Amino acid sequence: MIEYLRNWLWTYIWKPLPDMPFGDWMETFIRWARDAWAAGFDAVDAGLEFLYTHLADGLLWLPSGVMVLLFAAAAWAAKGWKLGAGIGLGMFVVAWTPYWEQTMQTLSMVLVAAVIAIVLAIPLGIAAAENRTFSAIARPVLDFMQTLPAFVYLIPVVMLFSVGVVPGIIATIIFAMPPGVRLTELGLRQVDREVVEAGQAFGASPARILVRIKLPLALPTIMAGLNQVIMLALSMVVIAGLVGGGGLGAVISGSLGRLDIAAGFNAGLAVVLLAILLDRVTQGLSDRTPVARAARLAAR
Amino acid sequence: MPAIEVESLYKVFGKGAKSAVAQLKAGVPKEELNARNVTAAVVDHGWAIEPGEIFVVMGLSGSGKSTLIRMLNGLIKPTSGTIRIDGVELGSLSARELRRLRREKISMVFQHFALLPHRTVVENVAFGLEIKGLNKTERLERAREAVELVGLAGHEDKLPAQLSGGMKQRVGLARALAADTEILLMDEAFSALDPLIRQEMQDQLLDLQGKLGKTIVFITHDLNEAMRIGDRIAICDGEVKQLGTAEEILMHPADEYVAEFTADVDRTRVLTAEAVMEPCGTRDTSAFTTVESGVPVNELYEPVLNSKAPLLVVDDNADPLGVVTPRSIIKSLAPDPEAVGDTEQEAQPA
Repeated sequence: MIEYLRNWLWTYIWKPLPDMPFGDWMETFIRWARDAWAAGFDAVDAGLEFLYTHLADGLLWLPSGVMVLLFAAAAWAAKGWKLGAGIGLGMFVVAWTPYWEQTMQTLSMVLVAAVIAIVLAIPLGIAAAENRTFSAIARPVLDFMQTLPAFVYLIPVVMLFSVGVVPGIIATIIFAMPPGVRLTELGLRQVDREVVEAGQAFGASPARILVRIKLPLALPTIMAGLNQVIMLALSMVVIAGLVGGGGLGAVISGSLGRLDIAAGFNAGLAVVLLAILLDRVTQGLSDRTPVARAARLAAR
Repeated sequence: MPAIEVESLYKVFGKGAKSAVAQLKAGVPKEELNARNVTAAVVDHGWAIEPGEIFVVMGLSGSGKSTLIRMLNGLIKPTSGTIRIDGVELGSLSARELRRLRREKISMVFQHFALLPHRTVVENVAFGLEIKGLNKTERLERAREAVELVGLAGHEDKLPAQLSGGMKQRVGLARALAADTEILLMDEAFSALDPLIRQEMQDQLLDLQGKLGKTIVFITHDLNEAMRIGDRIAICDGEVKQLGTAEEILMHPADEYVAEFTADVDRTRVLTAEAVMEPCGTRDTSAFTTVESGVPVNELYEPVLNSKAPLLVVDDNADPLGVVTPRSIIKSLAPDPEAVGDTEQEAQPA
């Protein structure tokens, strides 16, 4: 017994630690999954490809000048004429770079990935807010998803979906989803306990309390999560250019290889302006939620 | 049948709650349980409230009164004991039946109003009706009536953020009234308001109660408030220390704990002519200035000083009940009226 303990201590504590093959396990799993669930991956691949190409085609259907005006109008509607004018100017600058087409492709990837990420994130956030056990399990998983270096995602995803736009979108969904889950949970947990109690006291069912009380009151926080999801999605989509993701990411990784300052700057500028567009429009929308309006009224 | 009836009701928070109740029943004081991280919030409550009564539960913070009121509509489950609403035992109901009971029989007013900030006044007031499943036009119409009833007409389309504290609580009250339930639970409903507004709200509640005749359970930490509005008052510190009318509690506090509270109460507003009067022999009412039995003492000063003879206290039929003299008024204000002797003082220095 003592002998055994001594050997164990020697092997695992005292000696330089042995290398554990975590990576190999993951690789085995990914290879196995690729073969075992091939049909599922193909379906996801086809579905995302379909969404992406149609959205990109749609955005590129009208001439860039008209699209610029549409973006400006959207910003105006979301916040006001000042933002509309600013966004209009910004998008004109993008249209003047040689990369309008790539910008619209990148926007399409961001939108597809962000919408899917949010559709997944909100129910998970609700589950985490309602159930402590689920929340405790979800938290480290979300940490993992958010902090694993973005490039690392691309390797297994490419193996499962081959190069192209789809692996970029998949990696983006995984990378961008966590703040959506977290802020949905936070928003729901922050809802005034007494107001929830009022719902219960008047005999509302839990589902009704969620839909009529908790979600409306949490909406500003959920919208902040949505904003973060979109911003993270944009940053990841650019990185996805490394695996043939197309759009501005492809331009940037190409110009990195050729040390092409001009192309890199043009594409970088387009990314920055696109980021500003997405950020300000989503923020404008979150300021327009009923609860945010009521809060502004109270502050006056 | 009582509107609300509770029997040997206990609520203990913490691990081993059931065994703690058994110990409490065996006579272990609740302070001893606190040392073991078990908190006895409600201990051995047993009382009944008749329909149309205002029943006030008065206690300091931590005296279990908020827990108690939340047990009455099933938001908190008792550790042991029974609660009956209109004869229906709460413990026997499923979650669905309990929600139905709340929709139909019990509504609640909250300390911090608990309004939905993004809904207008009428939409907030209509909330209970919305849960009941009324269609939009009908519920908004009834909500408008309730808004008018609490005196907020003209503010229907404002948001809560645009209202003062007193107005917000009127919205809370209107929401409860619109639900049209027999029972109204009011959890420190006026405690967050300024003193003047608080008095105004108390008057309004009494006024509304005169018209509507609800069964009201009112929680407060303010004994003045309790005495002002309560038909009966239960003074609680975990267990019920004393249960009775304002006068009974003022004149005969059950123990030191209750006496400490009553020391701060403005007795002249609570005590009535009937409570302070002394017996009289006469049946002839013509020679005296008369006062009605329900007049509070603070309205007797002038008449009693302006009249040479004692004031004659009469009942609703103008039959004499007793007399009030300056001495009987001062006697009633003494901390311990029992200790005052019966003999008249000689009008000479000792």
